[in-house]
Amino acid sequence: MADKTLDAKGLNCPLPILRAKKTLKDVPRGGTLEILATDPGSVADFAAFCKTTGNELMESTADGGVYRFLIKHTG
Amino acid sequence: MAEAEPNGVNAKSMTIIVTKGSLDWAYPPFILGTTAAAMGVDVTMFFTFYGLSLLKKKLDLQVSALGNPAMKMPMMGMHMGMPNIVNMLPGVDAAASVMMKNMIKKKGVASIEELREAAIESDINVIACQMTMDLFEFKKEDMIDGVKLGGAATYMEQALKSHINLYI
Repeated sequence: MADKTLDAKGLNCPLPILRAKKTLKDVPRGGTLEILATDPGSVADFAAFCKTTGNELMESTADGGVYRFLIKHTG
Repeated sequence: MAEAEPNGVNAKSMTIIVTKGSLDWAYPPFILGTTAAAMGVDVTMFFTFYGLSLLKKKLDLQVSALGNPAMKMPMMGMHMGMPNIVNMLPGVDAAASVMMKNMIKKKGVASIEELREAAIESDINVIACQMTMDLFEFKKEDMIDGVKLGGAATYMEQALKSHINLYI
């Protein structure tokens, strides 16, 4: 179970990333943030976001048009 | 800002010169600026000429298909362009702008107001070109809060030490 969940379904680029960044501030270091999105571009974007910011993308999965990302706040 | 933000693994910086003020052209600078800021980049946006209208308190952004053959809107199951001669009629730009704004909303794309708020919130350094302010007779109080005034030298100082400099 993630420490926090962000529902970014229905939002398009760059809103899922902007909201995730904002929400990460409320996640303690070492904690996890779960993001749900429907923007297909978010798959590549969350990978790039995590790589660049030093946060760990622990999971990136898709289920019925909903993408789920689990980010560990390590950045 | 990179230094205030512990997430700033990325102590990099970027500047964007924003020269255009139509609804479609407003997107690239705000999307890139806000995303870069979210990724820990120190961002400066320099608004000049028509780009300045993107900083006005009350936004009334429009698109025009006039002279833009690439602007084709999804309509009646296909993509339709607008002949220039039709686009010249009064009210056609306004109608196209309403259509575009409806599409933006329907597709979950952020409004420019929303991206602009995110830009200010994420401490993007927003500079309005003093010379264009004088030229177009804009007053500082016409602009949103958080805008600094500056000129070419102010921009250059930042651009010279930045990793990415874009002109949009």
